[in-house]
Amino acid sequence: MAIVDTAPPVTAAPAPAGTGYWSGVLSRMLRDPLTLVCLSVVLALVLSAIFAPWLGLADPFKGSMIQRLKPIGTPGHILGTDEQGRDMLARLVYGGRLTLFIGLMPVVLAFFIGGFLGIVAGYVGGLLNTLIMRTVDVFFAFPSVLLAIAISGALGAGIVNSLVSLTIVFIPPITRIAEAVTSGVRALDYIEAARASGAGTLTVIRVHVIGNVLSPIFVYATSLTSVCMILAAGLSFLGIGVRPPEPEWGLMLNTLRSAIYVNPWVSALPGLLIFVTSLCLNLLSDGVRSAMNVRD
Amino acid sequence: MSVIDATVLPGPEAPIDKGGPNQPLLIVKDLKKHFPVRGGILGRNKVMVQAVDGVSFSVRKGETLGIVGESGCGKSTTARLIVGLIEKDAGEIIYDGEGLGDVLSLRDLRRGVQMVFQDSYASLNPRLTIEDSIAFGASVQGLSDPLGRAHSLMARVGLDPARFAQRYPHEISGGQRQRINIARALAMSPRLVVLDEAVSALDKSVEAQVLNLLADLRAELGLTYIFISHDLNVVRYISDRVLVMYLGEVVEVAPVDAIWARQAHPYSGSLFSAMPSMDPDTRTKKPPLTGDPPNPINPPSGCRFHTRCRYAEAVCKTRVPALQPIAAAPDHLAACHLHDLSSGHEKAGKEGLL
Repeated sequence: MAIVDTAPPVTAAPAPAGTGYWSGVLSRMLRDPLTLVCLSVVLALVLSAIFAPWLGLADPFKGSMIQRLKPIGTPGHILGTDEQGRDMLARLVYGGRLTLFIGLMPVVLAFFIGGFLGIVAGYVGGLLNTLIMRTVDVFFAFPSVLLAIAISGALGAGIVNSLVSLTIVFIPPITRIAEAVTSGVRALDYIEAARASGAGTLTVIRVHVIGNVLSPIFVYATSLTSVCMILAAGLSFLGIGVRPPEPEWGLMLNTLRSAIYVNPWVSALPGLLIFVTSLCLNLLSDGVRSAMNVRD
Repeated sequence: MSVIDATVLPGPEAPIDKGGPNQPLLIVKDLKKHFPVRGGILGRNKVMVQAVDGVSFSVRKGETLGIVGESGCGKSTTARLIVGLIEKDAGEIIYDGEGLGDVLSLRDLRRGVQMVFQDSYASLNPRLTIEDSIAFGASVQGLSDPLGRAHSLMARVGLDPARFAQRYPHEISGGQRQRINIARALAMSPRLVVLDEAVSALDKSVEAQVLNLLADLRAELGLTYIFISHDLNVVRYISDRVLVMYLGEVVEVAPVDAIWARQAHPYSGSLFSAMPSMDPDTRTKKPPLTGDPPNPINPPSGCRFHTRCRYAEAVCKTRVPALQPIAAAPDHLAACHLHDLSSGHEKAGKEGLL
């Protein structure tokens, strides 16, 4: 009954099933100022990336030989220009589309694939568990950066290939978390009770397992998004990710590297954005984690 | 039969008595379950924990069979075998005259046999509302109006559906949660309910309420219980017959009054004398039994109790005593050479020993 005293909006009204918990998570999240700031930064980046063509920006692909490497604050180019005289602001905003896409998409894919594998391994156990988890361990033996580089290098440069390699990199850790959480839940009496009532394996997983393992897996996956963004940028930086002239933060950082003595501030901008975005994603996932943790 | 019959139509959903009143509801014959434990390098040396080793008993329709014994004697494993949560290695489970595996499917067995667990919190899904938890089994079994059943059962176990139906398990007290667990077990209209330490985690006043509720439900719905507990007073209150287990075996089965008056097996005697005395003048001074139970991986030969038994003789180490009626009463069974005149035990058949 302590819940009623400490968090009246959560449990006071008999809300329909399911909504009570998530509205509680949301209200706790919105009370945390740091999480709120990070959420707005991430939202601003995502929205600007989505609506880039309607923001009245310069053409990110149109260069100019006489306008090369202008400093920040140049009229017409607020954030200066790059080594080919293209508007930095436009390239950064458009670059966000690709960067966020290949930064988030692998984690989303790995969340579904790894989550599925982990829940199956954890629930079924036995030989299937050994098979799945030992295969996952093989991938774990490689450092994630090295693995991503190796797979991308083997597949060749390109957006789809880096998507594939990053997804493969993130499946093992998510599978492992999902397996650990699921085998913990599986040992609980309510799973036994559900089985004793005659429910099949799939029904038990759908009704009783998924709801109780999804939030830890989800929170862990969100904490991987920042790592994924850095890795994706790293692949582009090494030339095995996105190909020029597509704007992408890691690639821009690489091409502007040579200009670091000429115009250090402009060169640092893509790196700064990668840093800010991954920091905000990290803090945001921390905030979501603590907001979800308040239960009994 | 008030609440359930008011909401649920008779017909295919009502339990059908197949074997007649004299057919025991459950017969367990020579049930065995050995769990493998790995040892040695790379888990090569497989050893077996003999959790349940040749357990046989029967439960009559409408009675309550209490199962008592020390921790690790196989009580809970027996319960899980009966409900079909773990697979038996050997032996037979016969439910109302139909053997599990040949005539009776596991799914049908689960319609008729349900279980209530000790940990009231762990046995409810924390993400489901109470009504959903109760209704789950009924909807899985395809019974009509699962939510309506859930509400009427909540009312029957003493929780107002209007107040509690939408709550989550962490929002109610332990006693209330155990009532919900009972309601959930009853949602499929089972005939046999296995109560595995179902009241052990509750405090004394709540325990009494839940015990009374269980007794009322049994009378109203014509249920049969298997009541597992380590609390002998609780077992005496609710049971008609008592079964004593030691190290995976049945050592004694008797009507509750008979075993309270006189325990036929030395182990039962020690177990009962371990009960705290209510009278300060007759307080227990000597420990009734010393030492831990032997390791079930490598149980003692012959009678498994001979390592701790004060009547043990050479014959106890070599020959396994059979579970058979003692001379005084045909419904009082014990597995001890003391009651078998042909066993070769020197004190066999001598009265006043136990």
